[in-house]
Amino acid sequence: MDDLIAMTPCDGLLPVTIGDVTLTEDLPVAMTSIAPYAGQDEALNAALKDAHGLDFPAINRSTVKADARAIWFGQGIALLQGPAAAIELAKFAALTDQSDGWAVVRLEGKGAADVLARLAPVDLRRQNFKQGHTVRTELAHMMASITRIGPDALQIMVFRSMARTLVHDLKTAMAGVAARG
Amino acid sequence: MRIAGKGLMQGAKPVTFSFNGRHMMGLEGDTLASALLANGVHLVGRSFKYHRPRGILTAGSEEPNALVTIGSGAQQDPNIRATQQEIFEGLEARSQNCWPSVDYDVQAVNDLAAPFFGAGFYYKTFMWPSAFWEKLYEPIIRKAAGLGALSRQADPDACEKAYAFCDLLVIGAGPAGLMAALVAGRAGADVILAEEDAHMGGRLLSEVEEVDGKPAADWIAQMLEELDNMDNVRLMTRTAVTGAYDQGTYGALERVGHHHSRRAGLPRECFWRIVAKRAVLAAGAIERPVAFANNDRPGIMTAGAVRSYLNRWGVAPGQNVTVFANNDQAHRTARDLVDAGVHVAMVIDSRHDAPDSNLYPVMKGAQVCSSSGRKRVESITVRSVAGEEKIQTDCLAMSGGWNPSLHLTCHLNGRPQWNRDIAGFVPAPGTVPGLTCAGACNGEFSTAGALREGAAAAVEALVELEIKQSEVTLPQAENDLYRVTALWAVPGKGRAWLDFQNDVTVKDVKQAATENFRSVEHMKRYTTQGMATDQGKNSNVAALAVLADATGRGIPETGTTTFRPPFAPVSIAAMGAGAAGQGCKPQRFLTSHRASREMRAEQIEVGLWYRASYFPKTGENTWRQSCDREIGLVRNHVGVCDVSTLGKIDIQGPDAAKLLDFVYTNTFSTLKQGKVCYGLMLREDGFVMDDGTTARLGENHYVMTTTTAAAGQVMAHLEFVRQALRPEWDVQITSVTEQWAQFAVAGPNSRDLLNGLLKEQIDDTSWPFMACGEVEVLGVQGRLFRISFSGELAYEIAIPARYGDALFRALIEQAKALGGGAYGMEALNVLRIEKGFLTHAELNGTVTAFDLGMQGMMSKKKDFIGKAMSTRPGLMDDGREQLVGLKPVGPVKQMTAGAHLFNPDDPVERIYDQGYVTSAGFSPTLGHSVALAFLKNGPDRIGDEVRLVDHMRGIDALCEVVDPVFFDPDGGRSRG
Repeated sequence: MDDLIAMTPCDGLLPVTIGDVTLTEDLPVAMTSIAPYAGQDEALNAALKDAHGLDFPAINRSTVKADARAIWFGQGIALLQGPAAAIELAKFAALTDQSDGWAVVRLEGKGAADVLARLAPVDLRRQNFKQGHTVRTELAHMMASITRIGPDALQIMVFRSMARTLVHDLKTAMAGVAARG
Repeated sequence: MRIAGKGLMQGAKPVTFSFNGRHMMGLEGDTLASALLANGVHLVGRSFKYHRPRGILTAGSEEPNALVTIGSGAQQDPNIRATQQEIFEGLEARSQNCWPSVDYDVQAVNDLAAPFFGAGFYYKTFMWPSAFWEKLYEPIIRKAAGLGALSRQADPDACEKAYAFCDLLVIGAGPAGLMAALVAGRAGADVILAEEDAHMGGRLLSEVEEVDGKPAADWIAQMLEELDNMDNVRLMTRTAVTGAYDQGTYGALERVGHHHSRRAGLPRECFWRIVAKRAVLAAGAIERPVAFANNDRPGIMTAGAVRSYLNRWGVAPGQNVTVFANNDQAHRTARDLVDAGVHVAMVIDSRHDAPDSNLYPVMKGAQVCSSSGRKRVESITVRSVAGEEKIQTDCLAMSGGWNPSLHLTCHLNGRPQWNRDIAGFVPAPGTVPGLTCAGACNGEFSTAGALREGAAAAVEALVELEIKQSEVTLPQAENDLYRVTALWAVPGKGRAWLDFQNDVTVKDVKQAATENFRSVEHMKRYTTQGMATDQGKNSNVAALAVLADATGRGIPETGTTTFRPPFAPVSIAAMGAGAAGQGCKPQRFLTSHRASREMRAEQIEVGLWYRASYFPKTGENTWRQSCDREIGLVRNHVGVCDVSTLGKIDIQGPDAAKLLDFVYTNTFSTLKQGKVCYGLMLREDGFVMDDGTTARLGENHYVMTTTTAAAGQVMAHLEFVRQALRPEWDVQITSVTEQWAQFAVAGPNSRDLLNGLLKEQIDDTSWPFMACGEVEVLGVQGRLFRISFSGELAYEIAIPARYGDALFRALIEQAKALGGGAYGMEALNVLRIEKGFLTHAELNGTVTAFDLGMQGMMSKKKDFIGKAMSTRPGLMDDGREQLVGLKPVGPVKQMTAGAHLFNPDDPVERIYDQGYVTSAGFSPTLGHSVALAFLKNGPDRIGDEVRLVDHMRGIDALCEVVDPVFFDPDGGRSRG
């Protein structure tokens, strides 16, 4: 029998452009949650820096180096996106593969924040939610992670199984923003 | 009538619309009200109770009379205020509450019977017989009285909701609001300026005034241009701020699509939640009518509205106008009309010291005491010391003074204060934290005062926000003194309207006082004054003044009723935006969803998940046929089922085993690596929370599975234990439910199937019952667990979700080759009932481990959550309802979940209840129905007969109590 073929969470759903906003699937090669063990914060930070050139992110922040991004993902937990987590990190933190657990999309364009303002009850104004800022919040009844990854680009993550609802809700909001002209 | 050269809409494009089927022309920028008046239409609708002809009273959102229905069919919008609705090409509007037409309304006979329909009429009249109220009286009254109707079809239009954040929210864009926004905007604050009108400018759009040495309209345009160029200022027109809530949160309704023909994707309305650090309320004021007999005729409007129609829209609402006032400002109406060439027959001022004019005649110390005409005013009767005289007029502009629009300041329980100088209530400072009032809503009625207060409010906000402000120069503007002498109701015979929308008169309020409904809140409810969609914006103060007079108290002692959100009507559709259809809950789809649909599987919702219920084959006409066949596949060959919905929680750390020992009743610290164990979890109160299997993957690494239903609950429970109860433990948990696609492979041929796909072959020695570990399947690393929820030799294979679709297809293909295939939730359910395995049908929140016969799983050697409470008296009594199996023994062979159990000789009554059925199905394996139930003393009654009664489905069956494990009781098949 042939090897198994992989399928992305938003397979067949994206990309889509409505008005000046574009929604694309932007799945990193790997995603690993990193939760430091008791008293290991500093050692982990050093190891993370060594292995991936990243600092462990502060609350509501993310750190970036080349293709690697570490985003704050909840209480005492960060999500490493991009490279597979270096095995040395396992000494200091619980590492859990989440590469397949989340749908990851990129919402980009001048009206991107206006689109999200229709779905998520958080302040995404540029001066308050700068590039690299991140938030765990509710997005149309889904628990989500939102990160500003560019001046007009937002990364949005929800559970993989909810990809279709995410795309549907984002498209509806995009159409509402675009139709105002 | 449109007056050439007058108004702010010079050069506007003509627009065609229809009213009651009649096509008319208006201008772009017209409201429906201004366009109707331009076409000479005054009669717009019929009143709520008496079906009196009604016209246009105001020019704003406070309009009580001119409510219309826009559109038709499923898209019809009732109760739209003609004074707010902008016209557009093709707009269709209709009158409401009239039949067959607004000109000839059959139910206008109600008006003749008016003496009987006063306040309290329904309460007193329709008391008896009591059953008649719901069946007869109410439906008739509802049909006769009312406003617009819903289409009774699903609404095809969408609404939107949205969130916004700012430093300063300015509510209202009149002179005070514009000034506040400008000062704050120039200082760099993040400002939202919300205005309910389609255009910013407030009263300045309606008055002939100069600001900063130029016409007011030019000044407004200049302000808006500057504000529009500021990136930190957001201008929101057609947005009514509807409520003030805690923590600086405000609700606002934006009319997005009402002023266009329908456009794809464009919502009708958007409901905003605006969070502001500070707010300025600059909502202006609402002019109050004067109550006199027949003051509700079409053609009688507020004086300020007449100026609005004239100065803003260039429409004269009459050709022979009279003015009735108690304040100086209303005289402007006469001045502006004369200036526009409209005849002013008389200005009647109730004050003896009213100003004189050489432009129009003024009658001082006189009052309008009645009007006549049917569908439009034809004359008014004026009473003075000289007696009564009739004056011919086709429009009466009346003004009883102005009420500050302070409603939002009362939304957090604030009470307004009486200000004798303006004969009106003004907001008490500080009633909404962070909100400052400015301009007319604060009782400051001059333009210069509004500009001054607006600027001052912005400066105050900037200080609080710690933003440095630049110097403020106030423009020159009108600074007239507001002179008013209170006049609420003109005495005399006949009905004098206070609340036009709910048809409440002066007499009704007096009647309430007579019947001892003396509190303003009681009067309101007894008369229904202020309870219509306009919330009494035009009538509240006058009504309480009349009540004060009737009860011999002052106005401040009488007090106001409570203003509550929303300030302006908000459609339920806007509040529920996004929640129609599937919008209220996300849909969760399995990786096998696509393949299942291709196999024509029926879907069943399990929480938010969609799972395959059964996979019909050609020739199978009922779900039972498919279900029976799928059970056979598993019992005789091999079946494949997606079980990814079960919660999976990754647990790592030196104290991982401690955590598991603490949350499960049984012990996991002794579980060997590479092994799986079944666990039972209690709530703190000792009742069962959930069950599942947990695998030990490494020394400090476990994967817990939960039931689908309790995945979120268990995750939250573990978080609570970890963070709050045992913060000293070094253990990390994270959900991996979505990371892994997991499939059950069950049946005698399951091992053969897997060996066709696995890199390394397995046998009973390498993978004994309850073993787990890593495997390579078709080139991908996965996990294999030898566990069984069907009682057969079975495995669950987990793989990263991206390969879920491919693996499911591969498993099905292999299964078919071995005589098997896919099975769905129906078959899974029967398979587990045959084995007496549990789901949340049994773990229903009211059962203990004892009830399930699992008291032996509660370790005596360690502490665990729920241990102490599970030993409370009564939770382990033999008399409790306990788990048993049932099989039918009488002529009725069907058993149903939810049915109750009785002793065969007892009456079927609640007090004889012996228990209830939790799960039931037909077992093709055993050839009869099988059920699980909780029965009093159950385990001691094996072999007894009980009577099963399901009143809802009409089933009455005799059953035998049996062991809950129907099939393969010693488990030989799964141990294989």
